[in-house]
Amino acid sequence: MNIVVCVKQVPDTATERKLRSDDKTLDRDAADGVVNELDEYAVEEALRLKEAHGGEVTVLSMGPAKATETIRKALAMGADKAVHLHDDALHGSDALGTSYAISQALKKIGFDLVILGSESTDARTGMLAAMLAERLGAPQLTLASKVEVEGTSIRVERITDYGYDKVEASLPAVVSVVEKINEPRYPSFKGIMAAKKKPVETLGVADAEIAADQVGLASSWSEVVDFAAAPPRAAGTVIKDEGDGGAKAAEFLASKKFI
Amino acid sequence: MSEILVLVEHVDGDVKKVTLELLTLARSLGTPAAVWAGPGYSDAAKARLAEYGAEKIYVAAADEIGDYVVAPKAEVLAHLVAERSPAAVFVAATGEGKEIAGRLAVKTDSGVISDAVGVGEGFVAEQSIFGGGVNVHSRVNKGTPIITVRPNSTAPVAAAAAGAEEKVEVALSDAARAARIVERVVQEKGARPELTEAAIVVSGGRGVGSGENFAIIEKLADALGAAVGASRAATDAGWYPHQFQVGQTGKTVSPQLYIAAGISGAIQHRAGMQTSKTIVVINKDAEAPLFEIADFGVVGDLFQVVPQLTEEIEKRK
Repeated sequence: MNIVVCVKQVPDTATERKLRSDDKTLDRDAADGVVNELDEYAVEEALRLKEAHGGEVTVLSMGPAKATETIRKALAMGADKAVHLHDDALHGSDALGTSYAISQALKKIGFDLVILGSESTDARTGMLAAMLAERLGAPQLTLASKVEVEGTSIRVERITDYGYDKVEASLPAVVSVVEKINEPRYPSFKGIMAAKKKPVETLGVADAEIAADQVGLASSWSEVVDFAAAPPRAAGTVIKDEGDGGAKAAEFLASKKFI
Repeated sequence: MSEILVLVEHVDGDVKKVTLELLTLARSLGTPAAVWAGPGYSDAAKARLAEYGAEKIYVAAADEIGDYVVAPKAEVLAHLVAERSPAAVFVAATGEGKEIAGRLAVKTDSGVISDAVGVGEGFVAEQSIFGGGVNVHSRVNKGTPIITVRPNSTAPVAAAAAGAEEKVEVALSDAARAARIVERVVQEKGARPELTEAAIVVSGGRGVGSGENFAIIEKLADALGAAVGASRAATDAGWYPHQFQVGQTGKTVSPQLYIAAGISGAIQHRAGMQTSKTIVVINKDAEAPLFEIADFGVVGDLFQVVPQLTEEIEKRK
């Protein structure tokens, strides 16, 4: 099985994240870049499926030069090779432009299964997997907490507000995973060393046959008008429990008409 | 005024509260038209939508719309966008709603904005990003604005409208029939409101200590008619089911009142609850970062404070 797992480098959520004042895009230099957390679950699931069914796991990442750090981490976990979709023309692409560029790269790479994390911690649109399914005409098996493949059939459990749906489709398919699905492995020392020798192919816009007028900031379907740091919340009252903390909290709730 | 399509979220034939919020929001910017996609449409649903301002209700009630993942609903909306040229489309920013909006954006070559907490003139959307640290205004500049709106962003206000029904027949494409739902598994949630829709949420974290101890969180929630949430530490430990996780890798909630017990307040958690209107924090560690955004905080043992609070609420009823 030919599995492509999409990973994204995002700013570390533990640091202060910013937008750039010049073009209002994410400031990728302001914070350390880390693997988007949910993508580690996607890599893990890809590796487990490969271990069960054989085949190959290819990492695909769209991002600037420093995204290679993220690609190496996924390779160190055990993926076989990687494609880095990297071109200055892609800078500032919105969800539509990004999904178009990635879908073109996926057509170039070829796949039986595409696996993604269900959302990124920076943009948090939660739309990319659905957009890829739409663009590729492939079944959308998203928000999966369990994935089973048998021959060319695939079954997932898709989480819903009421529990989950059991969903069936045929490969090739697009899957997104939630964190409940597995426990991602840590790269071993051996894995980290091996990752340095694994092939990473760089694709530019022309290589992936991406139409230049469909990507980048100037071609985006949406724009940031303005932004500002959220005003700090007004300081509240914090009391120390002297045996009546619950009663005091009840008084506060009553003063706000919650009870 | 021009038409704004509002996709109806419904469960077992009941219109969800977020749809009433979206209709209320749409009224301030145009003429709301509800779009019902899937089985379960009824006179009660019609009455509810009309009560909250739907001038029109487009009904695509074919059973097969509910048989496949997401794609059929996007096709129903794309059909209406082509036929009616609405001023905008509003969809609830739920897991499924965002996916529907994403597919619709590709189909109609239109821009999409995710998880707005408000929408103003010219369909300029307000978003709260980076765990609530930055407020952004953004707008769509190609096609029909498609905006997903976070539940609890607008207070639903009734304003009766005609609710004129129009049946919609859409022939689904083969691609929309690619991912078939073979079974819906409903997990026990009891009588509590749904987490993302609830006006009040009571959450427990690492400090709760065990799955059994979550009973005291549930008792407080029930006294307030609230939903129960949990931090990632609590769901990772298996103390509470994963679907109740509030935070960056879980649900985003924006209730009127959020009560956090035994949660220190790492960005992982704050990203999922920072836009709550009123925040109450109970934690024995006075240094817990969540106190920084608390409207009211109690430094103390949650096993003393929470039961006392529950008892006081019961007394006042």
